[in-house]
Amino acid sequence: MAYKDEQLREEKVFKDPVHRYIHVKDRVIWDLIGAMEFQRLRRIKQLGTSFFTFHGAEHSRFNHSLGVYEIVRRILANFEGKPYWNPNERLLCLAAALLHDLGHGPFSHSFEKVFKLDHEDFTKKIIVGDTEINHILRRVEPDFPQKVAEVINKTYHDKLVVSLISSQIDADRMDYLQRDAYFTGVSYGHFDMERILRVMRPVDDQVVIKSSGMHAVEDYIMSRYQMYWQVYFHPVSRSAEVILSKILHRVKDLYLSGYTFRFQPIHFLSFFEGEVSLQDYIRLDEPIVSYYFQAWTDESDEILSDLCVRFTNRKLFKYVEFNPNAQMEEWMVLHRLFEQVGMDPKYYLVVDSSSDLPYDFYRPGEEGERLPIYLQKPNNELEELSRTSDIVESISGKKRTDHKLYFPSDFIEALSDDQPEKKQIMDLLGIARN
Amino acid sequence: MLTNHAKLMNFFVTAKEVVGRKKLQKMIYILQKCDVPFEEKFTFHFYGPYSEELTLRIEEMCNLGFIEETKEEKSNYYQYQYQTTSAGIDFLDHVKVDLPLFSKKVDLLKEQSSRFLELVATMLYFDELPKVEVEAKVREVKAKVNYTDKDIEEAWAFIAELKQT
Repeated sequence: MAYKDEQLREEKVFKDPVHRYIHVKDRVIWDLIGAMEFQRLRRIKQLGTSFFTFHGAEHSRFNHSLGVYEIVRRILANFEGKPYWNPNERLLCLAAALLHDLGHGPFSHSFEKVFKLDHEDFTKKIIVGDTEINHILRRVEPDFPQKVAEVINKTYHDKLVVSLISSQIDADRMDYLQRDAYFTGVSYGHFDMERILRVMRPVDDQVVIKSSGMHAVEDYIMSRYQMYWQVYFHPVSRSAEVILSKILHRVKDLYLSGYTFRFQPIHFLSFFEGEVSLQDYIRLDEPIVSYYFQAWTDESDEILSDLCVRFTNRKLFKYVEFNPNAQMEEWMVLHRLFEQVGMDPKYYLVVDSSSDLPYDFYRPGEEGERLPIYLQKPNNELEELSRTSDIVESISGKKRTDHKLYFPSDFIEALSDDQPEKKQIMDLLGIARN
Repeated sequence: MLTNHAKLMNFFVTAKEVVGRKKLQKMIYILQKCDVPFEEKFTFHFYGPYSEELTLRIEEMCNLGFIEETKEEKSNYYQYQYQTTSAGIDFLDHVKVDLPLFSKKVDLLKEQSSRFLELVATMLYFDELPKVEVEAKVREVKAKVNYTDKDIEEAWAFIAELKQT
C-alpha cells in the first residue's frame, strides 16, 4: 500500500479538553506528530504573555495544532460526497491543518517585530527544508511538501482547500477561540461549533454557511469580538508584551554596540546579525528564552537587568489611556521629563496600539479587500453575513481602536519628593501619590 | 512613538487622496516591495497581498482624526476615499520619520486601476520565482480574474518603471 494511503492498525486518540478526542488513523499524520519540529511546538505557548493575566493560559501551539487538525478532519467527514469537494485533497488538508503553525518562534509576535522575521516564512522553510517533517511529506509524493506549504501560505490553486485552514471562519480560529477561552477560564469564546460544522457547505472555491446556521455564526463572531477585547488585548498581558519587546530591543542594541555580556547570548547571535539559519531558528524555544531572561537579571546594564527582573517576576508597567492626537503635547513633555530624571523614554515610556496585536475581528471586507463570510440562501444565492445579520452589522460597523501609554510607576514613585519632575510626571500621567 | 502611523501619514500627505480600500492596500504593498520601509505585515489572500495590520492602523488613524474616510455607495458596493486632515499634518510635524522619496512612485500608482494593481502586487508577491514561474503562478491563483498576456506584459513594464523611478 502506498504510504499516503497507509492506515494505522488501530485508531489513535489524544484526549483533548476542547474537542474531547483527537482522532488519528492516517500513518502520515501519526508520523508528522512524532517529528522533532512538531514536538517543538510543545515548547511554544499559544497565547504568549497572556499567562501573566490568566494563569491557566499555559497551553501550547502543539495543543492548538492538533485541535485545528481535528476540526478539519470533522469538516472533511461532512464534505464527503458533496459537490465541489475533491476527496483526493483530504490528506493535503489534514497535513496543512496540522502543520500550519510550525514556524512560530518563542513569544512569536514580539520576536518577529524586533528581529524582522516572519513565522510563515519559517513554516515554509521547515516544510520544504532538510527536516524530519520534510522527509515524511516527501514519502507521500515528491511535490507534497511544496503543496502543503502553498496551502498554508494561501497560494495553492484550490481556494476551497485554503479556505478550510485560513478564512474568516476557519478551523484555525474555531480552535483557538475555544481553546483560549477554556485555558484562560473566561466565559466568552464559546460557540456551537458542531452546528457550524453541520451548516458549512463547499460552494465553488469557498466554504459558505447555510443560512439557517446564521445564529451559530453570529455567536462565533461575537466570541471573536469579545475574546479580542477581553483576552487578546488585555492591558496587563500587553504590559508584559511591551516589556518583552523592550528586552529584545535592548539586548540587540547592546550586542550591536559591542557591549560585553556576562552571560553570552549564544542562541541569539544569528538573530542579532540578521542571518538566522533554519537550525538556529528551530532550536530557540520559550524555555531557552526564559533561561536567558533570568540570567540577564544579573547583567551590568541596568536597563536590560531591570527589564528582565520585571518580566521574570511580573513587575509590569502600569498604563493609562492615551489619545495620541489630543495628548501629543503632554507626551512630548513627558518624554523630556523622563529623560531629565534618567528614565530612558525609549524603554520606559511606551505607546501600545490595538494595531500592534496579531489578532483581528470580523470585517465584511468591502471592495474586495478580503473574502467575507457568505450565507447560502434557500435559492442558493450567496449574501455577505453582515447584510443579513443585524448583530454582525453592528459589531463590524463599529471601528473600535485603542491606545495605551505604559510606564514604570514604581520608578516614578521612588523619585525624591524634592525633584520637581516627580509631581509633573504624576500629574501628566494622572496617577495619584501613595 | 507611533512611527508606523507616521510613515502612513507621510504616504497620505504625499498621495493627497486615495480612492478605494483595495487600491490603498495594493499601493502600500507595492511601495514596500520597492524598498519604502512600511512595516505592515502582508499575507496572501483571495484578492492578493493583504494586511490586516494596515486595515487596523488606518482605522486607528481615522479614529484619531489624522485622516478622513468618506463612504460612497456604488451600484452594488461601497467605495471609500481617504484624505488627510490638519490634525494629521500636525501629528507628522511632531513625529519625524525617515523615508526615501517616493512621491513619483505614488503618482504612478494612483493612475492605475485597483484591478491592475492587484495583478502587479500578486506578481511582486512571487518575485523570488523566475519570470516564467511568476506568470504561471499568477494564472493559477488569479484564474478567475482572467488577466490577459497583454495585462501581464504591461505589469512587467510597470514594475520596471516603478523600480527606476
